[in-house]
Parts: sequence; structure tokens; C-alpha cells
Amino acid sequence: MNIISKIILPVIVLVIIIYGLYKRVNIYELFLRGAKEGLKTSFNIFPAIVAMIFATNIFLDSGFLLFVINIVKKFFDSVLIPLEIIPMALLRPISGTASLAIMNDIFASFGPDSFIGRLASILQGCTDTTIYVIALYFSSIKISKTKYAIWVGLFADFVGITMAIILTNLFF
Amino acid sequence: MATKMVGFVWAFLIIIGIIYALLSGNISAINDSILTNANKALELFLNILPIIVLWTGILKIAEGSGLLDKFSSLLKPGLSKLFPSVPKDNKALGYISSNIVANMLGLGSAATPAGLKAMQELQTINHKKDEASAAMITFLVLNTAGVTIIPTTILALRIAYNSSSPSIIIIPAILATASSSIAGLTLDYYIRKRNK
Repeated sequence: MNIISKIILPVIVLVIIIYGLYKRVNIYELFLRGAKEGLKTSFNIFPAIVAMIFATNIFLDSGFLLFVINIVKKFFDSVLIPLEIIPMALLRPISGTASLAIMNDIFASFGPDSFIGRLASILQGCTDTTIYVIALYFSSIKISKTKYAIWVGLFADFVGITMAIILTNLFF
Repeated sequence: MATKMVGFVWAFLIIIGIIYALLSGNISAINDSILTNANKALELFLNILPIIVLWTGILKIAEGSGLLDKFSSLLKPGLSKLFPSVPKDNKALGYISSNIVANMLGLGSAATPAGLKAMQELQTINHKKDEASAAMITFLVLNTAGVTIIPTTILALRIAYNSSSPSIIIIPAILATASSSIAGLTLDYYIRKRNK
């Protein structure tokens, strides 16, 4: 299974390049144009990164989490969930940048190859900013009654997070 | 509305952090944190920047050669089954499939415009204009639980922190996200049936 993870990226690159050559488009020029767009998008998200690193680090450095952790420790120890992942899981549906900032912190403290480092990676990859996207999409077409959308979205996220924990245990 | 909500969460993190630190006598840590964490942001930014640039470049080739369109047209027949209330020739299905393909390849910046257009198209066939239609909710579930095959920023950060196998998380992430999509769509399906 783990070898498949390593094959996906090169295969996608290969398919894209060969298809581009086959269709006789100017692949190099397209690459440069796309890369330039990527540079622009990245600069557009930089202020959000500064904002979220600022807020999540104040939150993490305050020790508030340790305080909460000590209260609920027994429960989480019994279900094999590392506690440091909880704030990340809670922030993920609202801000991808905030959860990215926490993942960054987890990598710095525990390393990307630790159990929690891998769990954080899978968690960041397997769910989306559900609440944010629902708010953005519905407000763009002026819909105020969102009915059961948020509950189905959060239910899907909850299943994703649970599966992330189970799969991290199974794979590593 | 959406950014306002993020603003509340942002403020919550800062306020809880500073007040708790004041109460617990840990405030000098916060002082240091404020002074140094903008540098951390720059470091994080520089870690993910190159791979985003690289990947959007590669994907531009896929877009320019028509590969992305081809890929999304393959999704369309399956999609119309998920959206029984949307006519088969409606533009919405095209936007929905481009949105899903963009999400799959980790091209978030292209996914959002396609998603917003899909919502506009769905709104034109919606009967109650201030209320979410069943098709909209199905689309949002599909979108937010969506499968990302290449999580570029995650890979970039894993590399930056010297992971011995950065891409090892791809398959478990795909499996987790597939389960969450299936779970979300199943629940959505049952709610739709019950509401009929």
C-alpha cells in the first residue's frame, strides 16, 4: 500500500506531460504561466498565514490546552487519540490556514514521521473547511435557510476524522 | 459572512490565549510568542511556496491541453445520478465536475470559482430562492468531503521537516476522505428520501 502512495505523484506528472505533448500545446509556456499564477495566489494567502500563525501560537503557547488536556486526559487515553490533535480537528472545518498552522507546530514538536505527525497530515488532507465553504457558497447566492447542510457536512467530517485515526493506527 | 465567522474564531483563540496566560502567570511566553511568530509565518510560507508554484505550473499544462476538461467530462454521467433534480444538460453539472477535479488535484484556487458558478446555476432552478435546495446540499457535501489526491501543502511541509517518506500519507488520506464522502452522501440520500 505504501508504495502506491509514492507512485501517484510521478504518474500524474507523466500523464499530464505526455497528454500535453500529444495535444501539441506549448507545455513549457503553460507551465510558466501556471507557476506565475501560483506565485500570485501564494502571495494572496500570505496575510492569512501571518494572521493564523499569530492566533494559533498565542493559543498554543498560553498553556490553556494543557489545562483542558489534564481534565479530559483519561477519556482520550482510553481511545488512543493523541490530545494535541484535538484543536487541529476543531479548527479544520473553519479555517484551513489555522489547522495548517497547528500542523506546522506539531511537525516542529514531534516530527512529521511521528504517529501524531502522520495523523495530522492525514487529517489535514482528508477533510475540508466545511463550515467556511458552506457559509461562503450560500452567502454568494443569498440563501439564508441552509437547512440540514451543516449537519451533513460535519457528519462527513466526523467520519473522516475517525477514519484518519483508525487508518493511522492500521498503516503505521 | 464567511470571513466574519473566521474572524470570531481568530479573536477567540487570541483572547483565550492571552487571558489564560495572564491568569496563570505565563504571560512572558505570550510576549515572546507575539514577537517571534510572524517569523514563523514567513518560514511556513517559504516552505509551501515553491511546491505550490511548481504544482500550479504542472496543472496549467493539464488545463491547457484539455486534460482537466476531459477528466471532468468522465465524471458527469455518475454525477447526474447524484443530482436527480438537475436536468442532464444543465451547466451546473459541468461546474460541479470541474470543482471536484480541481479539489482532487489540490488546486483550491480553481475549485472555488467553479463551485460558486455551480451554486449560481443551481439557484436558477431552485424553487424557493432563500432556501437551500437538495441539490445544493448534495453538492456541498461532495465538495467539502471531497477527495484530494495530491495534498501539495502537506507534502511540502513534511519535506521541510525532513520526513523520511513525505508521500506515505497519501493513500490513508484518500481512504479516509473517501469514507467521509460516502458517509456524507449516504446521510444526505436518506434525508432527501425522508423529506420527499
